Amino acid sequence: MADSRPVTLDLEGLQRLIDVLGEQGFTVLGPTVRSGAVVPGRVGSVADLPRGWGDRQEPGSYRLRRRDDDALFGYAADAIGWKAVLFPARELMWSGSVGPDGFDVRPGPGPSTYGEPPYAVLGIRSCDLHAVAVHDRVLAERTYADPHYAERRRDAFLVTVVCGDPSGTCFCVSMGTGPRADAGYDLALTELLDGQHRFLARAGSARGEAVLAAVDTRPAEDRDEEESEQVVAHAVAHMGRAMDTTGLRDLLYDNAEHPRWDDVASRCLSCGNCTMVCPTCFCTSVEEHTSLSGHDTEHWRIWDSCFTTDFSYLHGGSVRTSPRSRYRQWMTHKLAAWIDQFGTSGCVGCGRCLTSCPVGIDITEEVAAIRAAPGPRKEDAHATGR
Amino acid sequence: MSDRPTPRPRLAVWKFASCDGCQLTLLNCEDELLELAGAVEIAYFPEATRAVVEGPYDVSLVEGSVTTPSDRERIQEVRAASRRLVTIGACATAGGIQALRNFADVEEFTSIVYAHPEYISTLDTATPISAHVPVDYELRGCPIDRAQLLEVIAAFVQRRKPRVADESVCMECKRRGTVCVTVAHGTPCLGPVTHAGCGALCPAYDRGCYGCFGPAGTANTASLAHRLVDLGMPRRDVGRVFRTFNAASPAFAEESARHLGSEQEVAR
Ligand code: SF4
Ligand code: SF4
Ligand code: SF4
Ligand code: SF4
Repeated sequence: MADSRPVTLDLEGLQRLIDVLGEQGFTVLGPTVRSGAVVPGRVGSVADLPRGWGDRQEPGSYRLRRRDDDALFGYAADAIGWKAVLFPARELMWSGSVGPDGFDVRPGPGPSTYGEPPYAVLGIRSCDLHAVAVHDRVLAERTYADPHYAERRRDAFLVTVVCGDPSGTCFCVSMGTGPRADAGYDLALTELLDGQHRFLARAGSARGEAVLAAVDTRPAEDRDEEESEQVVAHAVAHMGRAMDTTGLRDLLYDNAEHPRWDDVASRCLSCGNCTMVCPTCFCTSVEEHTSLSGHDTEHWRIWDSCFTTDFSYLHGGSVRTSPRSRYRQWMTHKLAAWIDQFGTSGCVGCGRCLTSCPVGIDITEEVAAIRAAPGPRKEDAHATGR
Repeated sequence: MSDRPTPRPRLAVWKFASCDGCQLTLLNCEDELLELAGAVEIAYFPEATRAVVEGPYDVSLVEGSVTTPSDRERIQEVRAASRRLVTIGACATAGGIQALRNFADVEEFTSIVYAHPEYISTLDTATPISAHVPVDYELRGCPIDRAQLLEVIAAFVQRRKPRVADESVCMECKRRGTVCVTVAHGTPCLGPVTHAGCGALCPAYDRGCYGCFGPAGTANTASLAHRLVDLGMPRRDVGRVFRTFNAASPAFAEESARHLGSEQEVAR
């Protein structure tokens, strides 16, 4: 639907927004500070938000920093991400027992660490909204939908907040995914810090409009909209990184034997952190938890990663035994094969894989290195979209 | 199904050079002990019961490393009496903390520690059980994880593969939603090269992993060591973080040797 007219709300209005969402039965989640980082958590009041906190992110490093203002959303991508809210890291699919009347199956899912759905997510960034759209395609819109995901997703209320202060690892502008979301949200806020601390708000859905109607707002003035444009312009001008995506799919397909893969393999720990934090990575494995008696079982689905050897284990052994093959698989799937498979890149430029890599491997740098000295073009190799 | 109960598999628990912590993990399975006793016949377990049932045994759990000539003989007998042999813990799977002797001169130690070193009959090295007899399964940890132990016993009782993932501690750390201590605090952490199994316990308490489950199958210790140096750790300490409970595991032993140089250096 078309966006409604923008309005502004102040901090009391923001509190009211949190209250209204709570009254409507949502578990309200938002950015909170825990263990030296901004991470998703339960939010009951404006006081729970990371007021005055910003971050400093570089490959392999994340630090909170004090801002010289009272911004509530003055950080960049949070350290852990929202993936686990709609797509839990461990999820009970079903459980069953052998009883006198045969095998009794109980459906999942079990309880979530984030509380009961439906969730209202306050402060999701544009990059992460794009990642949710990727998950929708992968998990909910194919022949076999994941019903648990689809239900949590359908019911979730998403409040995006424009990024005003990107970090050193952000590159959403390159990927066309930020810093301001143009779709996929119920409400979009821009935090304005000039003069009175306020938010420019826009509804992106009928539900969003209804919630906004229950909050004390004022029609936005020209000044508010101009300031909002400046927040976006500032963010665009302060992207930490860039990735040149021109012909990237073919570039990677053509360079499966590039010497750079050996170079990155010498640094890569195969620890899997990059895949765990990537908001679009969706690979899982299933585990059977059987009791000693063999009478009860639980069927769990857990996040998995192409960086483990178990991941590609077929009868007799693992297919990707070298770190070179594993890193290449990850990056080539993410940036090339994903396009053939899902019609979109698997990277939204959130920068988490760079920040969270213990040895600071930078996907933008790896792309640039291959681009700087590419192997010969293989003219007819792409027709099949391997 | 016939009405006659199938005999329960007979379980034995053996101790070699070790601290007993892994065996105690079995006793700590309080909630599951009754179920366990129903599923297996605990036939030999001196730590828990004096009752002894003669072998052979269906499953033997072996704790500890081989450090004496007599243990070198005894492990052969244990193997001969066991249909399946599962080693439990860092001592049995990698030699344990006592394998630090492998990097030093044992005679020098005994001459300092004991008033009458001539009574001491010990080997120059502490070695994992797999260095002496074929092992059917190795369960890591110092100590082992309770849930993993029950899973391995269940798997052997049910004659299936144990569900124990060979992946890094980081995978469990991220699934748990822990903020990374290396990335966010600059704390050295061996999680990226350490075998999962503990559920990423230490980082959940804002501490770095010290590698008590030993190296993951994919461990790139050289790259992590490089990072530890970048974080400001002196090279000698980088060598030492790899010389703890799993010092003699090949991946950690090679890495420590790169930083500590000659073998005698660590003994001083
Ligand atoms: S590949 Fe890296 S930068 Fe791209 S979406 Fe995933 S975590 Fe973010
Ligand atoms: S790229 Fe970094 S985070 Fe990813 S597996 Fe390699 S070392 Fe770990
Ligand atoms: S805290 Fe340690 S185990 Fe956890 S992700 Fe970071 S490096 Fe890995
Ligand atoms: S985090 Fe590391 S040191 Fe701590 S219990 Fe787990 S494997 Fe052992």
